[in-house]
Amino acid sequence: MSDLLLDISGLSAISLREGGNPILRDVSLSLKKGEVRGLVGESGAGKSTIAKALLGILPRTVKVTSGTMRFEGRDLLTMAPRDLSAIMGSDIALIPQDPQTALNPGRRIEAQLTDGLRLRRGMNARDAHARALQLLSEVHIRDPERVLKAYPHELSGGMRQRVMIAAAFSLEPKLVVADEPTTALDVTVQKQILRLIRGMQEAHGTAVIFVTHDLGVVAKICDSVTLLYGGKVIEAGPTADVLADPRHVYTKALIAAGPRYDRPDAGLEPVPQWVFDQLHQEIRTGAKEILHG
Amino acid sequence: MTAYSFFHRVLMAAITLFGVAVIVFVLLRVVPGDPIAMMISPGASEADIAALRAQYGLDQSLPVQFWIWLTSVLSGDFGTSISLRRDVLELLAERLPATLELAAAALVFAVVLGIVIAVTATLLSRTKLSPLVDTLNGLFLAVPDFVWALALVLIFGVLLPVFPLSGRINPDSQEGFATQFYLLESLLTLRFRDLADISLHMIMPVLALGLPLASIITKVLKEALAEAMVQDYILLARLKGMSRLRLVLQEALRNAIGPTIALTGVQFTFLIGGTVIVERIFAYPGIGNMAIDAVINRDLPLIQGLVLVFGALFILVNLATDALVVAFNPRMEA
Ligand SMILES: Nc1ncnc2c1ncn2[C@@H]1O[C@H](COP(=O)(O)OP(=O)(O)OP(=O)(O)O)[C@@H](O)[C@H]1O
Ligand SMILES: [Mg+2]
Repeated sequence: MSDLLLDISGLSAISLREGGNPILRDVSLSLKKGEVRGLVGESGAGKSTIAKALLGILPRTVKVTSGTMRFEGRDLLTMAPRDLSAIMGSDIALIPQDPQTALNPGRRIEAQLTDGLRLRRGMNARDAHARALQLLSEVHIRDPERVLKAYPHELSGGMRQRVMIAAAFSLEPKLVVADEPTTALDVTVQKQILRLIRGMQEAHGTAVIFVTHDLGVVAKICDSVTLLYGGKVIEAGPTADVLADPRHVYTKALIAAGPRYDRPDAGLEPVPQWVFDQLHQEIRTGAKEILHG
Repeated sequence: MTAYSFFHRVLMAAITLFGVAVIVFVLLRVVPGDPIAMMISPGASEADIAALRAQYGLDQSLPVQFWIWLTSVLSGDFGTSISLRRDVLELLAERLPATLELAAAALVFAVVLGIVIAVTATLLSRTKLSPLVDTLNGLFLAVPDFVWALALVLIFGVLLPVFPLSGRINPDSQEGFATQFYLLESLLTLRFRDLADISLHMIMPVLALGLPLASIITKVLKEALAEAMVQDYILLARLKGMSRLRLVLQEALRNAIGPTIALTGVQFTFLIGGTVIVERIFAYPGIGNMAIDAVINRDLPLIQGLVLVFGALFILVNLATDALVVAFNPRMEA
């Protein structure tokens, strides 16, 4: 049996909102069990669209036009809704971008953290409580009893994101999709959360799709990376190879631009215009992406 | 609520009531209309009239009259009704329960109907039914309580006479009650025949008062639910395997109910105001109906008593509303 967990192949999607505008163009990427893959690209590159497609939560205004998304060999795109919902949240979990809006302000943490355990695993309240305590200490929350009783507004952003991570790992998923899980947090907290996700991933042997704008983050925690632009894969491969030996001018320019290429103030030099001109040319002509290894 | 804020609320309530009392007192004595002129028989002498004036304190100056009235109200004496020649407090105690039961029944009806429609429409939000609900509700929103009352009189009074047209209870069964809370008493003492009779009498006024409120609740709650349903936490709950019914009831409703309660509280005070005309139309023996007679007869002590009761009701409703809003919003604890 192969250790391939996820295999996205030739995935294309259009936006019905913007008159059939392509959002994803022939995207292929794969993920081994326990692998962490960074999904990098600037705003509008299609990162979240891929993440949503994986979770089966694409908005109705987005339409997949071709391609397959095989998870453990079964195509998520053609799967019966019942089978799909058995996988979602259970085998494939989400760490959301903003822990502020991802927790219900009207329910205590315990209720929200144990929903999955009770609904998916059929646990009773007492077992779910014990498991929740265990999960919270796993994400280094010091006072788990107090946090379980708290409402979301009583916790800091970092604490809330720890709770979301605990919730994501609570059902022992095989794949966790993290869509920019640190952008809503303070810089000091960001590092801790990154380390925590990596730590949880290693401890549970979970594969992670890590969506980010930040090549520095990719360098730190991703085994492999897929770089997108305009819905098209530009370059992909093991992180070390791509960063050490970028082949595409866009990748080179991004690395030169510094860790946060999307923030001109933090970057060293912006991506020159001719690079974008070349990217647009390639997208029009349908040039192949560069794959390492 | 802290002790300080509680004290603050009570103080504000007292000041509000006092303000209401002053305004009504002055207004009633500025507008034309002489209560004594309504009582006297045609042949009464000047001396008789003067004696009557003195009896009701109307010969004093305005501030003195107010002072006398205020001090006696504070000691529990609301004076004597000029037109009914009975103690005002007694009259109020007799009629208030009828109005309280009517208003409460209308509120319960409106809240239940509003929640059921809003939740159903949210569950079916992807079908064609949702815009239909909006359109219908838009129509209902435009119809005020007294128009409903008249329409109901026409439908059930004239065309399809299944409900009693007026009153509160069959006069024969009225004797058996220890309190004026007929609905509550018949329910608690399990007298189902009386209960049915009272309910039948109440259906039309409750519909007239409750339908406008129900459509407001439907509109506000439906919008609040729609807003809640697109939040990330709903998405995550859906991923955790929650059914759509549970998503709406357990996740969305508790966040949508706060703003709905606040608005329902305000609208409920309007509903209480609406009892005046609706009770009149259905000859329902509450304080609203009595208020109209009191005004027609320029019955100053009774009007003043009624205004104080209405004022106190509004203040209580507002206090209860605030308490409920806090209770439903964990962020406002403390
Ligand atoms: N609900 C939607 N309906 C139709 N098109 C959408 C919708 N949401 C996003 N799009 C389009 O899909 C394209 C890709 O968006 P996506 O959210 O995947 O980008 P992203 O890479 O995640 O960007 P960001 O870094 O800003 O999150 C954009 O061009 C956007 O206009
Ligand atoms: Mg995104």
